[in-house]
Amino acid sequence: MIDFDDVTFRYQPGGQAVLDRVDLHLDEGELCLVVGETGSGKSTLLRAINGLVPHFTGGELSGRVTVAGRNTRDFPPRELADVVGVVLQDPMSGFVTDMVEDELAYGMESLGLPRDAMRKRVEETLDLMGLAELRNRPLLSLSGGQRQRVAIGSVLTAHPQVIVLDEPTSALDPGAAEEVLAALQRLVHDLGMTVVLAEHRLERVVQYADRVVVLESSGTPDTGTPAAMMALSPVAPPVVQLGRLAGWSPLPVSVRDARRLARNLRADLARVAPAPDSLARPGAAAQPESQLPPAAVPAPRTGLLRRRASRAATRAETRPAPVLQCRRVTLSYGPVPALVDASLQLQAGSVVALMGRNGAGKSTLLKAAVGLLKPVTGEVRVAGHDPAGLRGVDLLRQVGFVPQEPADVLCEDSVRAECRAADTDSRLAAGTTAALLAEISPEVSLDAHPGDLSEGQRLSLVLALMLAPAPPLLLLDEPTRGLDYGSKARLVTVLRRLAHAGTAVLMATHDVELVAEVADRVVILADGEVVADGPTREIVTASPIFAPQVAKIMAPEPWLTVDDVAAAMAVAQ
Amino acid sequence: MTTTAVRKPPTGVGVRGRWLHPVAWWLWALGLATAASRTTNPALLILIVVVAGTVVAARRPQAPWSRSFGVFLRLGLIIVAIRVVFQVVFGLPQGTTVLVTLPTVDLPDWLAGVRLGGSITAESLVFALYDGLRLATVLACLGAASSLASPYRLLKAMPAALYEVGVSVVVALSFAPALVTDLQRVRTARRLRGRPTSGIRGLTGSAMPVFSGALDRSIALAAAMDSRGYGRMADLSPRDRRITAALVLGGLLGTCLGLYVLLDGSIAAPAGLPVFLLGLAAALLGLLRGGRRNTRTRYRPDPWRTPEWITAASGCAAAAAAVVQGIVDPSALNPAVTPMTWPQVPIIAVVGTLIALLPAWLTPEPPGIVRSGSASDTSTTSPETGVAV
Repeated sequence: MIDFDDVTFRYQPGGQAVLDRVDLHLDEGELCLVVGETGSGKSTLLRAINGLVPHFTGGELSGRVTVAGRNTRDFPPRELADVVGVVLQDPMSGFVTDMVEDELAYGMESLGLPRDAMRKRVEETLDLMGLAELRNRPLLSLSGGQRQRVAIGSVLTAHPQVIVLDEPTSALDPGAAEEVLAALQRLVHDLGMTVVLAEHRLERVVQYADRVVVLESSGTPDTGTPAAMMALSPVAPPVVQLGRLAGWSPLPVSVRDARRLARNLRADLARVAPAPDSLARPGAAAQPESQLPPAAVPAPRTGLLRRRASRAATRAETRPAPVLQCRRVTLSYGPVPALVDASLQLQAGSVVALMGRNGAGKSTLLKAAVGLLKPVTGEVRVAGHDPAGLRGVDLLRQVGFVPQEPADVLCEDSVRAECRAADTDSRLAAGTTAALLAEISPEVSLDAHPGDLSEGQRLSLVLALMLAPAPPLLLLDEPTRGLDYGSKARLVTVLRRLAHAGTAVLMATHDVELVAEVADRVVILADGEVVADGPTREIVTASPIFAPQVAKIMAPEPWLTVDDVAAAMAVAQ
Repeated sequence: MTTTAVRKPPTGVGVRGRWLHPVAWWLWALGLATAASRTTNPALLILIVVVAGTVVAARRPQAPWSRSFGVFLRLGLIIVAIRVVFQVVFGLPQGTTVLVTLPTVDLPDWLAGVRLGGSITAESLVFALYDGLRLATVLACLGAASSLASPYRLLKAMPAALYEVGVSVVVALSFAPALVTDLQRVRTARRLRGRPTSGIRGLTGSAMPVFSGALDRSIALAAAMDSRGYGRMADLSPRDRRITAALVLGGLLGTCLGLYVLLDGSIAAPAGLPVFLLGLAAALLGLLRGGRRNTRTRYRPDPWRTPEWITAASGCAAAAAAVVQGIVDPSALNPAVTPMTWPQVPIIAVVGTLIALLPAWLTPEPPGIVRSGSASDTSTTSPETGVAV
């Protein structure tokens, strides 16, 4: 169905090859998962399938890409619209019309289908994607998962044989992601469609894949079954890591397989399982510093940790009050209540995860905590101050905020200039921010343009900018969106160190694995209300949607992460 | 965001209504605008704004573009203010009721016709007010049309040959709200970094990220449209294309010329009519020919039924009544300012304008929009650009 024959692609003639002699052959009815770090050419590979590469992007493509017998060299994307449907990363930016039903029909109108055929297909697609109740809704009013389903539906109506998706679930909460993946699986199984998708969150998709393509940064892919590829892949979801740790064969890729294999492991470890409440979370302040990866912690002459720790200590002595205090906060956008009587407290050194559906009010709560929104009733205090009244350096010294799109806060044309500007803004000695950045992410070049950094590097840069004035509170909005596993691991390290040094961290996230790794408390919001607030283990194991993979495999034993299990195995021996 | 009352959203899922044909709304609004352009009677002008506002309040769908009426109203107020200020600064005095006398600025000889300052009379102020009000009312009518008729549906009703031009217009339209969202996001981000968000520095600092964001989005949109078959064409010979282009351009030029002559009372109308009709015919022929290149089909085109006829006719009635009033009793349409008199009620025009109120009841409601599933968590839906729920 899709054939790449010896395909090499460069954006600039003579430049570095993004795809290097790729040979790839995908059959009908296959769900193919493309895996790789940021910058390994995933998006390029996906866009080459319908000819956006090179017709739209320019660049130099050698070799041959054929889809359903059509060579993309001779057929531009619009002439392939009836065989390949493409859903790009942000569905909203690809919508051409404003209503659900019109959006579904748009592709068919372009293809010139007769009217009654269009009517029929729109109705079918509304049912297939579960959109019937949304047909008259404006696209702007839909939630993230609904938008993603409309985007998929809108390419489906053209009855393509291939669907290509770039990170379809990265912006979605776990429930909405399941919804989208279930719909995709139905297309593969019931209609025999070929689906190619790229996704960083392997734990969500790898069990659905028939085939996995691993792209190395060299541009040459390896392909194979999920189990075979996961055995080799440097990045793997927790279920695979656990399988490797326990030496299971064949390597499980789904929770179901792993659970069957884990019977003995559970029995072995049951006797060393601690009482649930005595198990310290990794992020808790009790953790000894020796567990931190030593390479990432140079002697902190710049004093991030030392200064932080001493600040935290004095704070703890003189002011036992919580770092963040939200008391019965109510906030609304026009007639829509966004937060209803939400109360929340954060102590120094704690890492709290804010979870809940898209639109549950997570971002709103963060914005209230940094003073961007003023509560209608109730009050917000950050280290005793009302954040809405803080400006400039006073704000920077109290709270750091990493927005969903880290690039938003970047406005200079080099990393060096950003760091210098941050020093001036927060009245720090020149070089403080750059030194901190070197500590967090040593490989970021100071001369690079912020726009050329990878997602993970950009996040590191923004973290450095926000942490330079050593605020007692750090807020993060969806920090792992679009991050590969390497960058995520580094984020986890940074957050643990911060917590250890006494900074309070509040993050809104959909990433249950991240929560299992670093959070010591989880707060769940639904329709603007706090519906649950408690220790991570208690909250995430209470509902299958929020449970990390290891917890699902090891239940009823209390471990949440692969590291937990590894530690327990060490004890058992 | 408008000053008019907001219709209570229908309850229940999937409340069905029907979109009135966008062309009907535009004919209605143009009729009202024509009526407004014929008069400086403030009573009639305000009545026209009220009629337009009432219909907007009753039949406005809940979509981002449907908030433009309020924007146009505000724009109208600004225009009235500018008109009055210009009158004060540059205008020649009319009448004798001097209110204030400003110092006159002596200008060089070659600017003999222009005057700065001098005495300001009540008559000239009233005249300027009326004049500004007329322009503001015309704008309000256009604003009413743009908040009642979806630009996307108007695009569907466009002749196939104009489709591609139309798409760029619509994309540009959808760009404005996105730009506003972006600007807010960037200003927020600037505050987070302790930077000024207002003033020159705030503005220049925000401009770059906003524009680069807009550029990224337009590239993404172009890629998505291309992938979905936008721009698939049937082959036509170059000669065919040239003939089509000539017909369309020549025709449109003729239409505009004819229309100008027709609407401008000072030139003899009979000369305008044939030019107008001829131009229109040429343009239509060109569009029909051009449409052959386009292989697009249309999904559920809006039907033209009785409500559409009523709407279009009621707008035309308002225009016609104003024209008739102008023939029967022109003084009521343009109340004298020197000497100042209370404006009379132009009875025919008022009745005509009131007829234009009918669509508020005689048209189907737009399809009901139920409470949205997402509030504001996603970056694309902000309280400002998101749909009211």
